[in-house]
Amino acid sequence: MKRLLVLLALFSTPALAEPVAIINATVHTMGRAGVLKNGTVIFDNGVITAAGAGPAPPAGARVIDAKGAIVTPGLMDSLTFLGLREVSGEDSTDDTTAAKAEFSAAFDVAYGLNPASAVIPVTRAHGITRAITAPVTSKTIFAGQAAAISLGEGASFWVRPGIGMFMSLDGTGARLAGGARGASWVYLRQAMDDLRFFQGNRKAFDRAEARATLLPRADLEALLPVLDGSMPLVVEAYRESDIRQVIAFAGAYKLRVILLGGAEAWKVAPELAKAGIPVIADPRDNLPTSFETLGASLDNVPRLQKAGVKVAIATLGGALDQRYRSLPQFAGIAVANGLPYDQALAAITRVPAEIWGMAERYGTLEKGKDADVVIWSGDPLEIASVPAAVFIRGTAQDLTSRQTQLRDRYRDVKNQPPAGYLPR
Amino acid sequence: MRKWMVCGGLCAALATSALAADKAPTPNLKDPYPSTYKAPSAPVTAIVGAAVFTGAGAYYPTATVVMAEGKILSVGPDVSPPAGAVVIDGKGKIVTPGIIDVHSHLGDYAVPSVNANDDGNEATSPNTAQVWAEHSVWPQDPAFVRALAGGVTVMQILPGSANLFGGRSVTIKNVWSRTVQGMKFPGAPYGLKMACGENPKRVYGRKGTSPATRMGNFAGYRNAWIQAQAYRDDWDKYEAKKSAPLGKGGTEPGKKEEENKPPKRDLQLETLAGALRGEILIHMHCYRGDEMAQVIDMAKEFGYHVTSFHHAVEAYKVGDLLAKEGICASMWADWWGFKMESLDGIEENIPLVHATGACAMIHSDDNVGNQRLNQDVARALAAGRRMGLDISDAEAWTWLTLNPAKALGIDAKTGSIASGKMADVVVWDRDPFSVYAKAEKVYVDGALAFDLHDPARQFRSDFELGYVGQERAP
Repeated sequence: MKRLLVLLALFSTPALAEPVAIINATVHTMGRAGVLKNGTVIFDNGVITAAGAGPAPPAGARVIDAKGAIVTPGLMDSLTFLGLREVSGEDSTDDTTAAKAEFSAAFDVAYGLNPASAVIPVTRAHGITRAITAPVTSKTIFAGQAAAISLGEGASFWVRPGIGMFMSLDGTGARLAGGARGASWVYLRQAMDDLRFFQGNRKAFDRAEARATLLPRADLEALLPVLDGSMPLVVEAYRESDIRQVIAFAGAYKLRVILLGGAEAWKVAPELAKAGIPVIADPRDNLPTSFETLGASLDNVPRLQKAGVKVAIATLGGALDQRYRSLPQFAGIAVANGLPYDQALAAITRVPAEIWGMAERYGTLEKGKDADVVIWSGDPLEIASVPAAVFIRGTAQDLTSRQTQLRDRYRDVKNQPPAGYLPR
Repeated sequence: MRKWMVCGGLCAALATSALAADKAPTPNLKDPYPSTYKAPSAPVTAIVGAAVFTGAGAYYPTATVVMAEGKILSVGPDVSPPAGAVVIDGKGKIVTPGIIDVHSHLGDYAVPSVNANDDGNEATSPNTAQVWAEHSVWPQDPAFVRALAGGVTVMQILPGSANLFGGRSVTIKNVWSRTVQGMKFPGAPYGLKMACGENPKRVYGRKGTSPATRMGNFAGYRNAWIQAQAYRDDWDKYEAKKSAPLGKGGTEPGKKEEENKPPKRDLQLETLAGALRGEILIHMHCYRGDEMAQVIDMAKEFGYHVTSFHHAVEAYKVGDLLAKEGICASMWADWWGFKMESLDGIEENIPLVHATGACAMIHSDDNVGNQRLNQDVARALAAGRRMGLDISDAEAWTWLTLNPAKALGIDAKTGSIASGKMADVVVWDRDPFSVYAKAEKVYVDGALAFDLHDPARQFRSDFELGYVGQERAP
């Protein structure tokens, strides 16, 4: 709990912002009110106070006439390494993994978060205001604990550590467990038994009178919230047979499980829906990149949604190249392959909020929610569209970045100052 | 013609015995693995009433495109379909040339990405100019048909970037074939893959061998070029002597003619000498602008030309240099930050290079990205317009078709919709710069190779048979 206090002190000073009223907007509330034509969104002190057809802007509010533009909640990418990884190829800039640590599940990315990362403003300028930033497996089948962040600058940055426990039960997990799935699953079941034993015998552990456990104590501590369902277990798996195992496991231990990857999830869609297991997927995923993903298909995300599975769209395949800003394009690609438009928008707003247990504060434009609000230049899922304005927790964000500075320095390359003169 | 020039006296000797010639045909040293691809027979087809981007910078709001015998017969607003032609209603559709991906690893980094399919980098020596990508390409890579569904009809398949000299590339048509030879683009020149910067020095530095630094990279290139120049000169001397009249071929008049022995063949130097001669086009992986400037000096030092810098994340910093030297830049729309040399990537790279007057194009280097290169161009174009660059959609189409065709030396044959060119044509269901667009029909040499609405025209690779149910689209 000490951890939480430190992080809150660092990043979560209350956002102080003037009241803002966005009027004449096409508001995709993503909530019960649906789409409002000529809608108004009002927020104050970081929180939405009204979103509807005609609430009057309060006195003293900054009024923004959207002139019919689309307004949505800020978007959320459910798998990134934002704030953890500056340059993927340079280990010294990468806090996503800790291969030499004594523990794995206890690994907590939140301590490594750097709100000053240059990747964050680049991403924010494309309307992404929230993200899961995640650990990568390296030692055991457990990668560690992810954090949820907001992409706001200064005081509007926000972090919730321990948002999910990431683990691999795919081929990577099998290799980490010793070389085969028969090892990763036995390892997991042993870990669960140890965890139950630990939960019931804390005092014996403290007196060093308990039996040996597979996982070190730090990992058992970290996994306790998974056992009681307060922390989701985010399981990376792709192959149909692996996903079936995951469903059975989640049921047997009554865990809150999120499936990550899920290339062949469409084959098990009804079972996933019945078990209430949501899926985080990359809708572009259509290649048999391994023998685990032979059934990868552009139909995956649309079929899952149709079967009643909650699907969050993430830039899984773009993470290496820092392409988080392409998130709305990925959602648009899902639409091109059959996902209804409102569901695609939900897959990068409301659905991730629900999956990650953040729906009380984020995911829709409704009274009482954090004011993550984007005014778009066009259809938010279209490639040419960009935000005209981004608010995070009520604060208007600077949309410049290292990249806009580079662009402006070289915008007139034919008239660059010669060597020896100062740059633009 | 070429055959006789190459085999010279040897062919004449064999010709004395027709029987012997039949039994042992002379190897073609210039083209020993020749293309066997021939345009499939296809009916005369007319796409009527579609909007057409020619790929060469022009746009017709409504036009008809006629394809016959593998070629574009005619295009224009006043063209009528010939009698008996298969007529495709193009109303509401957009027609473009097939997309050309100048940087692909399909087949040499085939999926599934198992160890056995890892055939892209001969990372055993910093100079492997002797290897040819076509000998690694697996025609059954399931990624080919997915690229076709994205409208890609031609691609250059390159060796990887571990080495200073990676080897020869191969340009192929995206068609189903049992053999690589059956995919090879007839008459396309070879390319030579070279690499700047981090990759070679990382790969070999870790092994404790040169290059371990960027200066080591340059020493490696320059040493190889010196050897290649000598090799080229030896062959030039040999060829000059061979064709010189008796007594004037490098021997003193009156003395006995020296025996004119061909120099010993060296596969590595053969490729490098071909690059020096300009017969093999140089495609150089190079991210940083300052490194491109150094490479340009090196090319002048040894008298060769760089055709295109690939990845070229910082091309926007030296667009003026590229324009002046006539060097293309092959770029992504939005990849950046995955290593130091890619840290300064910006979305405006392609439009900025284009606006400077240099030859700009999109490329994928990726079996997912190549399925939506049209969308990548849409992203770059939009970013360029936001900063005030006035570039039309029709101009931007040159980044997808004509410019890559130029960089591959095949622009006289494909890369735009013009009479006499190969009928590599895509019919899109809407503006292909929209995220919602799909290629409905893809023609390669006038034959319908892919149809979004006809599963019979969505071929599966051998690999996928039996593994993947037919109930799902690729």
